[in-house]
Amino acid sequence: MMRELYTQVIMDHYQRPRNRGELENPDLKEHLLNPLCGDEVTVYARFEDGKVAEATFTGRGCSISQASASMMTGRLVGKSREEAASEIEWFKRAMTGEEQFSEADDLAALKGVIKYPSRIKCATLPWTAFQEGLEKL
Amino acid sequence: MYDVRQVREDFPILKRRVGDRPLVYLDNAATSQKPRQVLDALTEYYERHNANIHRGVHRLAEEATALYEEARRKVARFLGAPDTRSVVFTRGTTESINLVAYAWGRKNLREGDEVVLTESEHHSNLVPWQLAARAAGAKLRFIPVREDGALDMEAAEQLIGPRTRLVGCIHASNVLGTINPVERLAALAHAHGALMLVDGAQSAPHVPVDVKSLGCDFFAASGHKMLGPTGVGVLWARPELLEEMDPFLGGGEMIREVHLEYSTWNDIPYKFEAGTMNIAQAIGLGAAVDYLSGLGMENVREHERHLGEYAYRRLSELEGITIFGPEKDRTGVVAFHLPDVHPHDLSQLLDEEGIATRSGHHCCQPLMRRLGVAATARASFYLYNTEEEVDALVEAVQRAREFFGAFAR
Repeated sequence: MMRELYTQVIMDHYQRPRNRGELENPDLKEHLLNPLCGDEVTVYARFEDGKVAEATFTGRGCSISQASASMMTGRLVGKSREEAASEIEWFKRAMTGEEQFSEADDLAALKGVIKYPSRIKCATLPWTAFQEGLEKL
Repeated sequence: MYDVRQVREDFPILKRRVGDRPLVYLDNAATSQKPRQVLDALTEYYERHNANIHRGVHRLAEEATALYEEARRKVARFLGAPDTRSVVFTRGTTESINLVAYAWGRKNLREGDEVVLTESEHHSNLVPWQLAARAAGAKLRFIPVREDGALDMEAAEQLIGPRTRLVGCIHASNVLGTINPVERLAALAHAHGALMLVDGAQSAPHVPVDVKSLGCDFFAASGHKMLGPTGVGVLWARPELLEEMDPFLGGGEMIREVHLEYSTWNDIPYKFEAGTMNIAQAIGLGAAVDYLSGLGMENVREHERHLGEYAYRRLSELEGITIFGPEKDRTGVVAFHLPDVHPHDLSQLLDEEGIATRSGHHCCQPLMRRLGVAATARASFYLYNTEEEVDALVEAVQRAREFFGAFAR
């Protein structure tokens, strides 16, 4: 059971997070708190030619939220604002089971979370932060 | 002699399994399980006596009213309240405190007045006062929590003064496992003409409570944390305060005479019980306090003090762990932090072994900031928990650390 939730990919991103840290002079910076548990995340992004050139995150949280932030920041680089927004929409639908993850996709590692409704918010926290940041651009 | 095996026999849910494991329920600060005696009282009420109270003249209405009022007498005795009229049924501690903040606060708080609370309040004894203070232009002040989890009483003596109108404090902490010296705070408050409100959500279920010897003016508690059903709680207040206060909610039952333009109020406590109350739940709470009194609250306290201290000692064996609150003379609430496993992940892994714990901020965000953590894990024990369950917790925590440690290498 726990292997389904705490997959190798999630634990790898949790123990060795990618893109962790602040960005100087970011175009996008958004802080979000999960009021249920007190976990928090701040996402940063820099845009070049209308595309995400760099995306990072800081904050403290459980393995699911941290791994999700790590994967998200990698995923959104190179995307336009519109593409990033629809990627986030897609991910959130996937976390409610409305979309299917492709097995080749690293994000499929988060599939196990769907079975634990109280943890879905952990996975979507950084994505929602980025979404709210995009809306303010 | 307190026989925990015998006690466990009264709780049907303790026989269930979670997956292939026996349930180890260690989330009692959130809500308690219910003994057969309480479940039977609910069933008996619905099967034999169900009717609306105080209004009908038929047999069932008379019986339901008698049972409801008997429950009020039981709760009054349980809290050491000399006057049954001083016990108001509410939805829970949160509603009880909101009732005071609104009905007392609106009439008595003025600009420049101060309400003194502590850093360790549950949101339920903080947010209602933020609302009341904002409406009145009053100020909130906070007694700090020391490193060992105790209140800084020297600071309290400085903070409570001529501007103080009310002091509010949790009797027992839902995070630190402490019991606060509310008697001393009440004396300080009264010396300055202020009132004392005690949030008893975490004390009434676990320690003997006598509102007279606490010396407080208001005492709030929740039924569901003390073996009773959800949806019912209590506000005890000195009757003369209840008499002076305006109503909280308006509607049926709380009135004496209603005209199109104005109304007059019913006697206390009915003035504060608008609409159809949670009748079955109040009766269930009556059965719960009967059960607790039957065991003896001194015995319950001793059992939990032992479990709390035993859990502290066993968890201390884990390298790098931080356990919040005192080592000795604690309640059965034990919150802790591990450097290598996030509380959420820990609770998830413990759940896999049938162990129910809580992780998060426990509705105490300001206290979490004071402790320098975003969240903690928490095990909270009650009168049916055992040393073996503490051992099961400690072993499962160790396995969770090994599970996470394996990925770190």
